[in-house]
Amino acid sequence: MRYHPLTAQDRRDMLAKIGVPNVDVLFRDVPKEALAPLAAFDLPNTQGELEVDRALSKLAARNIASGNAPSFCGAGAYKHHIPSAVDHLIQRSEFLTSYTPYQPEIAQGTLQYLFEFQTQVALLTGMEVANASLYDGSTATAEAVMMAQRVTKRGKAILSGGLHPHYAETVETVAGLFGEMQRAPATPGSAEDIVALIDEETACVVVQSPDVYGLIRSLKPIADAAHAKGALLIAVVTEIISLGLLESPGAQGADIVAAEGQSIGNGLNFGGPYVGLFATREKFLRQMPGRLTGETVDAEGRRGFVLTLSTREQHIRREKATSNICTNSGLCTLAFTIHMTLLGEEGLSRLARLNHAKASALADRLSKLKGVELITPAFFNEFTLRLCKSADNVVDALAVHGILAGVPASRLGGADDLLVVAATETATDEDFAALEAGLKEQLS
Amino acid sequence: MSLNNQGRSTSPGNARTTGLATISGDHGLDHEEKLIFELGHGAIGVDLPDVKVPDDRLGGLCRKKAVGLPGLSEPEAVRHYVRLSRKNYAIDAGLYPLGSCTMKHNPRLNEKMARLPGFGDLHPLAPAVATQGALALIAELMRWLTTLTGMPAVAMSPKAGAHGELCGLLAIRAALETRGEGHRKRILVPESAHGTNPATAAFAGFTVDEVPAKPDGHVDADALEAKLGPDVAAIMLTNPNTCGLFEPRVKEMADAVHAAGGYFYCDGANFNAIAGKVRPGDLGIDAMHINLHKTFSTPHGGGGPGAGPVVLSERLAPFAPLPLLLHDASGFRLVEHPEEAPAGAKPFGRMCAFHGQMGMFSRSLSYMLSHGRDGVRQASEDAVLSANYILASLKDVMSAPFGDGPCMHEALFDDSFLEGTGVTTLDYAKAMIDEGYHPMTMYFPLVVHGAMLIEPTESESKESLDRFIHVLRELALEAKAGKTERFGGAPRLAPRRRLDETLAARKPVLRWKPAPLRDAAE
Repeated sequence: MRYHPLTAQDRRDMLAKIGVPNVDVLFRDVPKEALAPLAAFDLPNTQGELEVDRALSKLAARNIASGNAPSFCGAGAYKHHIPSAVDHLIQRSEFLTSYTPYQPEIAQGTLQYLFEFQTQVALLTGMEVANASLYDGSTATAEAVMMAQRVTKRGKAILSGGLHPHYAETVETVAGLFGEMQRAPATPGSAEDIVALIDEETACVVVQSPDVYGLIRSLKPIADAAHAKGALLIAVVTEIISLGLLESPGAQGADIVAAEGQSIGNGLNFGGPYVGLFATREKFLRQMPGRLTGETVDAEGRRGFVLTLSTREQHIRREKATSNICTNSGLCTLAFTIHMTLLGEEGLSRLARLNHAKASALADRLSKLKGVELITPAFFNEFTLRLCKSADNVVDALAVHGILAGVPASRLGGADDLLVVAATETATDEDFAALEAGLKEQLS
Repeated sequence: MSLNNQGRSTSPGNARTTGLATISGDHGLDHEEKLIFELGHGAIGVDLPDVKVPDDRLGGLCRKKAVGLPGLSEPEAVRHYVRLSRKNYAIDAGLYPLGSCTMKHNPRLNEKMARLPGFGDLHPLAPAVATQGALALIAELMRWLTTLTGMPAVAMSPKAGAHGELCGLLAIRAALETRGEGHRKRILVPESAHGTNPATAAFAGFTVDEVPAKPDGHVDADALEAKLGPDVAAIMLTNPNTCGLFEPRVKEMADAVHAAGGYFYCDGANFNAIAGKVRPGDLGIDAMHINLHKTFSTPHGGGGPGAGPVVLSERLAPFAPLPLLLHDASGFRLVEHPEEAPAGAKPFGRMCAFHGQMGMFSRSLSYMLSHGRDGVRQASEDAVLSANYILASLKDVMSAPFGDGPCMHEALFDDSFLEGTGVTTLDYAKAMIDEGYHPMTMYFPLVVHGAMLIEPTESESKESLDRFIHVLRELALEAKAGKTERFGGAPRLAPRRRLDETLAARKPVLRWKPAPLRDAAE
């Protein structure tokens, strides 16, 4: 087996050194009846690279990759161009095959990029501090709600109807153990009156902008109303590139920002791995979940970085930890950081404007079609259309023709006639024309 | 020097400046590297058109202030991150003996497979007709996981080991509530457990009751059985345990907890010692997460991403979280809403958006297909053989708290061999850095004084193991002989000397700030 360096002779020599006749003696604590013969496993034996490559490539070829089709799917995961340097750099062995940086003397590479990442996330979200990432946007949102429950010592959370339903369900599953989760009904294309739901028992209000239907939401009035009742505002962002063009949640009064960072540096990967961004105010620092990297000096006075404030974490605090999180999204944060470094201020701004311009042009084009109504008045790179037919059927029919038309709202727990359409910098005029023609045909 | 309860240094100790002072401040291949915020100037690393957009569709929420990001060109950015990379130790560069972490070789075929556009560039909400190959891959991985563990079902969405623990405990919670026994709130956790176990139990709304270890490193099964009662929801055991030992009375403990009406959660972090030889289903477990990033070798990536699918017994399978993967005449499809769940299924909720860590699924299936059942079994045997070889080769100079073995896939030592030398576990481990090695896991498990937990994995040649053993032997002999110069203040040859963790925690600096802000803060 190509991955096993020990030869039969090595194994014999090692067994001799240990002083046992065969390897099974080393498994002597295993109850005899629990030792399974190889035949008990109905699975194939070793295969070479060629055979494995062939088998998996065959499976991959049965899918429609976003880059191989006009593709307008969004709803929490976005197709963007990733500069070639990103994937090359994250595959450096020293990044790819290192562990969590517990030995800072020989992990400064990881620790320094995490410090850069934390700074980028804090700047982008308009917050004071950010952690070194969580699993993804949905789990970051659940952690944010539980942090708000700890900070306010209240249980109830109010979830906007515009919050991605997967996020809402994730929050309900975990934070729901510690208080009531009140979900406002969805009002696609407009903002619900969430302020009216806030009361003295409310720990936090969770609002996504742009929301799952693409609508840009104003956070300031909600933040003010929440603060007046002693509650926190949690802002959720699933398309982080929007912050290159839009006011940051921090500037609008958010107390915690939970976001999905996939759009920067990370591929679609059928839903994971992604990278959860988590930022908050400095005063809540010690209630924050997840790893944190901090600056310090070494024994010679040189600047260096370490994991810090770990007294919040499970490996020290055990059952009293702020979160049970151990592994985070290390390599995905690196991809995010490198892509963000390549973009810089100007690149991010251009990328955001380009996304908005593309989506705006597509919205104009499609809303002229018969049987199509644009219901999202303010959006970044994603909007919702009301169709005269079932969006699910339309999407399936177009997929057969190699067009990924968007995400039917029914898949997000919404109405059958709504289609959520995203257009990023990757969409071309040909893609627009293909979607336009496809919709025209399906809706006639 | 002071230590925190993990035994890590909290102050730099007796430092001594070493090395040649250079004009540049760099040292050969080791370059001092600024932060991107200090390197940035007006450059740009991407070429994108500078389009102007009207603000009439932005809800009056156009950004008013710049973000504050630095600008670097591609060559500058590439050099920066390449230089940073060279400050890291990595399994590709050397033996990485971190016990309980399983730093094994990461085959590059797996990276290639994960990047096939049909997997890497596939949208999670693309319609089923466009994702049949991806769903088939997940189904095939599920078959491998259930077959290797001898369990009937598996929940694929958890994103890491701790997330898998949470998934398993939430399934147990849902099963108890369905039985009308939601009052069962106590979970028994051995004191040797990984920190995530008690943290997860508390997180899932349970109370934690610690079970002591016996002097031989095994969980005290009698103490555990004595603690069972009508308020016990579950036991949470790691097997093989964190001392690197298989629990010989595991079946008996499983039967006892079942008889008492509770469930058996097994932490599968150490499954890599027994995969292909022992089916956890035969041991009576009800739920176990599998760290794909350990046993099935998806890269650790400096702390993630991981993946932690959870295998479930017949009794817990109905409570698996959404989404569910079904196969019928029309092919594979995902069940994403509770009302669409098949008869009998009562999903407890959802662990995360979408369907789990697909990028880790493709990599680990590539690993499994490459190994085959025989290769998986060989990997377990070689991992156990290598750990025992280290134990046998070092037990005369280091101290093994639980006697002559055998151990499973990791060899545990305590610090009694350093008694009276003035050298601590930390010093000994840090001296390994100067010798070109990553230290072993230190001060864990907590049940052993000054613990050193060594996991060589199956990826090391005998020559590599022999070199490693030689270095550890010589270090131990030097310490005992009173030759302690190389230990105090080690490492000296790494990109950094010991770092001041006390300062980092007392005055947290968690992000870069422009100079005026920094000065104002001080």
